[in-house]
Amino acid sequence: MTRLLHTLSALAVLVLTSLAAALPAQAQPLRLQITEGVIEPMPFAMPAFVPENSAGGQFADRLARVVAANLTNTGLFREVPPQAHIGRITSFDAGVNYADWRAVNVQALITGAVSVQGNRMTVKFRLFDVLTGQQVGQGLQFAGTTDSWRRMAHKVSDAVYSRITGESGYFDSRVVFISESGPRTSRTRRLAIMDQDGENVQFLTDGRAMVIGPRISLSGERILYTTYETGTPRLALMNTQTGQRQLVGDIPGAQVFSPRFSPDGGSLVFSAARGGNTDLYRMALASGQIQQLTSSPSIATGPSFSPDGRFIAFESDRSGTSQIYVMPATGGEARRISFGQGRYNTPVWSPRGDLIAFTKQNAGRFHIGVMRTDGSEERLLTASFLDESPTWAPNGRVIMFTREAQGGDPSLFSVDITGRNLRRIPTPGPASDPSWGPLLP
Amino acid sequence: MTLTSKALLLLAGIALAACNNPRGGGTFGGGGADGFGGAGGSDGFFDGGITTGNLGDPNDPRSVAHFQQRIGDRVFFTVDSSSLTAEGRATLDAQARWLNANSQFSIIMEGHADERGTRDYNIALGERRANAAMQYLIGQGVSANRMRVVSYGKDRPVEACAAQRCWDINRRAVTAIAGVTG
Repeated sequence: MTRLLHTLSALAVLVLTSLAAALPAQAQPLRLQITEGVIEPMPFAMPAFVPENSAGGQFADRLARVVAANLTNTGLFREVPPQAHIGRITSFDAGVNYADWRAVNVQALITGAVSVQGNRMTVKFRLFDVLTGQQVGQGLQFAGTTDSWRRMAHKVSDAVYSRITGESGYFDSRVVFISESGPRTSRTRRLAIMDQDGENVQFLTDGRAMVIGPRISLSGERILYTTYETGTPRLALMNTQTGQRQLVGDIPGAQVFSPRFSPDGGSLVFSAARGGNTDLYRMALASGQIQQLTSSPSIATGPSFSPDGRFIAFESDRSGTSQIYVMPATGGEARRISFGQGRYNTPVWSPRGDLIAFTKQNAGRFHIGVMRTDGSEERLLTASFLDESPTWAPNGRVIMFTREAQGGDPSLFSVDITGRNLRRIPTPGPASDPSWGPLLP
Repeated sequence: MTLTSKALLLLAGIALAACNNPRGGGTFGGGGADGFGGAGGSDGFFDGGITTGNLGDPNDPRSVAHFQQRIGDRVFFTVDSSSLTAEGRATLDAQARWLNANSQFSIIMEGHADERGTRDYNIALGERRANAAMQYLIGQGVSANRMRVVSYGKDRPVEACAAQRCWDINRRAVTAIAGVTG
């Protein structure tokens, strides 16, 4: 259970300055604006990486396939497959014959190289704008262990995505979730973590105790979740680096659940249910001191900090049905922001701070939606028998959530905040409650 | 309920001695912890130990089996509500009489919700339901010291199907006999 974020030991990022000498100013930069409008995916080519020694050969194609899958899965890019290529990349440093790529309608060409020495590998890439016939940005080099070859492909993908869209990427990131198995009446639920594309699944609990609702910290090093290991719901705090784990935030006689980290990681906010009421509490992790934030004879749960740590969005049924409220992070007067039809649950503040994602239940259907932080401009992104538990990609462009088809098992899906590109995330079995971690350093 | 019936058959057949769990724990019925009945499944409540207990003959009015099968160990709720129905109050009245006559047992009051809601909200709703049933029992003279609440939200359905029939029986509070106190 140790070293969960399998360390890319001393991942070195080198800018290949010598290779990027004096680029001419580009008249028409390779640029994709992510907007609300219909997007024609940008055609790209990702030929196999050039093996710079024989040991690198085993990764040449695999690296390219991971990069191509990442870009394709965004819905913003369309791969021109290798079998359609006319041009051949046989040397990383040789000039590109742009006409060969224009002929097959490629706009963005990515070239790469890989070399392996023992368990160390070096990966390089360059991005070219085929239409203007220019390199975009400088070449980059990543060095690490062969174990982390997928991470290096993710880093290449992030760099390409970022250069073309102007947004930060999200490919080199991990997702904590609940992996489910067994009959639904006695379900086994295990805490698990995986890469954002569903690869490298690792189980963090053994399934003996029911666990729900994990949250990964903004640093990616700690996980909060609710466990029934003592019989009643309790909050557990796990360090993914050391595997250490402790129960926190006990309130005698109460069910405690729905824990969230503050953005600085120094405190957490959670729900405690006692005597038919559920209120929000905040605990300073260093001192263990607990402060009650709400005291309404109703349910207050599903808290989420604003990225600046000043506010908490949460759901409350104080008006009669669940609605979204925003209050100062130290407690105080809460302002209702959701006023549409139906019930609103699980507000989650975007890492950009501009939007709140939520679950909406209306007329027998469930939706994942987003609204501005004052409740305006509500947009529903999905609709199904049961959608819930949205979580944001670190760049605030994509939302992952739990979807359960009628009579089916839950699984993880992602959707763009434009409502496009609904995709199922492959998991080893039924899965729920995703929490998307940060872009890894 | 196949697990319940299997457990009952097994235990009736073996006719074990009365509760011999050294920690006085173990639950009879309900959907959580290491209970013998309902939608059970170990949650590691008493990890490492096997709890055994005599559910008894349902014809014996002092038996746990009688409490579960003849009186009924659960009450049901309407959508998003924690109000006790007339039928639910009648069941709890009978539960209270049994519990007051068999004061050696402690109780875990489980609260449950159907699947048509979000996870955290349903834990809160389950707690409301369990609390409503517990407060009613307290009103009927059952000591609060004998009872504690556990909410499972929507995650321990007694039966799983995406239909009204299942949702109706999953919105419940279960009075799980948790073993001998003291």
